[in-house]
Amino acid sequence: MRSHFQLVLALVASLAASAGWSETLGDPVKGAKVFKKCQSCHQVGEGAKNRVGPHLNGIFGSKAGSDPTAKYSKGLIRAGDDGLVWTHETLDAFIENPKALVSKTRMSFRGIKGADDRLDLLAYLRGFSDEPSNIPEAEPTAQGNYHNLDPAILAIVGDSEYGEYLASECMTCHQTSGANDGIPGINGWPTEDFVVAMHAYKQKLRPHPVMQMMAGRLSDEEIAALAAYFKDLE
Amino acid sequence: MNFNRRLFLGTGVAAATTLAAPNVFAAGHGKPRVVVVGGGAGGATAARYIAKDSKGAIDVTLIEPSRMYYTCFFSNLYLGGIKTIDDLGHSYGTMAAGGVNVVHDWAVGVDRDAKTVSLAGGGSVTYDKLILSPGIDFVDGAVEGWDLSSQNAMPHAYKGGSQTELLKSQIAAMPQGGTFAMVAPPNPYRCPPGPYERVSMVAHYLKANNPTAKIIVADPKPKFSKQGLFQEGWANHYDGMIDWIGDDFGGGNVSVDPDAMTVTIDGDVTKVDVCNVIPAMKAGRIAELAGVTDGNWAPVNAADMSTKADADVYVLGDASQQGDMPKSGFSANSQAKVCANAVRGALTGSKVFPAKFSNTCWSLIDTNDGVKVGATYEATDEKISKVDGFISQTGETAEMRKATYEESEGWYAGITADMFG
Repeated sequence: MRSHFQLVLALVASLAASAGWSETLGDPVKGAKVFKKCQSCHQVGEGAKNRVGPHLNGIFGSKAGSDPTAKYSKGLIRAGDDGLVWTHETLDAFIENPKALVSKTRMSFRGIKGADDRLDLLAYLRGFSDEPSNIPEAEPTAQGNYHNLDPAILAIVGDSEYGEYLASECMTCHQTSGANDGIPGINGWPTEDFVVAMHAYKQKLRPHPVMQMMAGRLSDEEIAALAAYFKDLE
Repeated sequence: MNFNRRLFLGTGVAAATTLAAPNVFAAGHGKPRVVVVGGGAGGATAARYIAKDSKGAIDVTLIEPSRMYYTCFFSNLYLGGIKTIDDLGHSYGTMAAGGVNVVHDWAVGVDRDAKTVSLAGGGSVTYDKLILSPGIDFVDGAVEGWDLSSQNAMPHAYKGGSQTELLKSQIAAMPQGGTFAMVAPPNPYRCPPGPYERVSMVAHYLKANNPTAKIIVADPKPKFSKQGLFQEGWANHYDGMIDWIGDDFGGGNVSVDPDAMTVTIDGDVTKVDVCNVIPAMKAGRIAELAGVTDGNWAPVNAADMSTKADADVYVLGDASQQGDMPKSGFSANSQAKVCANAVRGALTGSKVFPAKFSNTCWSLIDTNDGVKVGATYEATDEKISKVDGFISQTGETAEMRKATYEESEGWYAGITADMFG
């Protein structure tokens, strides 16, 4: 059983590498429609509860079978103990064909064969997990920026000169060289990713206390200014 | 609402400085001159940022007697055997590439009327703006029986470098079952969690090399930074080794005898093998010589770190009396950037943005058991004022503590790169 599971994981990993999924973005709005297929058993979003299957808030990055209040098959719990963590790649494989990834799972669902549908669905679900965008400190699971930010906030054009001054505060920890030891480099981030990430810290959706504190006192204009500065920093 | 007000204020300042023609403040000579005294977390950062951001428009001179800077932050990890002394050393050789002239000499006087700084080696340098970042010195007579001439017998090890190495060698030479004593300082002092991280790291070393040794701490304070976290960690990792005697139990009633190697705490005389005396502190002496101190520290304006005594003299870091920020390398680095922005604006007419400050202090309790405390600050009319903060919690998972330690290593790499390039 264990060796079979590891074989599948290895297969998943090699597929992930060859398919280049991390480059592809799903559409969360379309994904919300795909989710209708899941709704008879799973809830997601504010107030979601465990039903036939577990709720899916915070699913990205969590260990398989790790919610003590949910019902799982022995197979899924064992897979979690063996190291199965829900990432974009593992969720994609599971949704495509649940029994291929976890034998005897309780999820009696034939799977979603369309790769685009799965991408859209995962982009939608991604919005209900802690790290909603693709950042260096997270697993590269995020596909797109599903978020609840006001488009007006994203539309703010930052003053990069102000951003340079504000960034000096970031540089005490995040190195200008972009080095990534213990604290991630943040040079060259796409503007939208940067803004979404900082607002997620500000709203305390992302967990890190230092970043929650730093982002917590930045205005929308200041976040835009920082994003404008870091975008072009190599 | 708050950010709108501050943003508006910032723009107002920017407009005002833009009206002034650039370089008018360079009194009678070519380029405006900034002199920075002291090349630590405050001074090195300020010098580099002014030179970098002015792109050669300001002449920046750093006066610093040492050729190598040994950080006081992380020096406890050297005492614990987790870092080497070479890990803590940073050369000033990189400063020239950043556009900073480094003069290796002691600043021994400031003439604020003539705007000159005199040097121990003779001669003087002139300034338009002077930034003093001299760190700390010790208050005479703060611990009965101890003065600077006792610092070899009973090291303070509260300035990086040779004192740290001396203390380390004394700890290594302790007999089995010997006693390490610390006399902790009263508030305010450099690095509030520092003495307690040191106790942790000495315990870490002794547990592996001298497991029957004892540690006693005489403390004039009833409580200390991150106390709950440290005491939880001491119980978990070093049970029975550490005896902390706070002010409630006479920890403040202490004297030492460096010849006899004894410590007397509330009348009880104890013979010890190592005694780490960390006396009460004051601003580094040059701040006093410049006449910008009031009592032990130099009062400054929160918006730009200029002194209350002289608008052309700034004091950064431990030596300043600024309000709510702890005296730490992180704080000094943060203040340096606000100061650099203001000084550059005053000398060249560049935009001046509103002051923002932050600090985080990481401490290591045992291998991979890191904790942290931090806060953000803003400038008010009276002082640097705390906005928001956080602290690690007791009972955190080992994974989180390890991540916190790894983060502190990332911060060390970050701040030293920020200081030295």
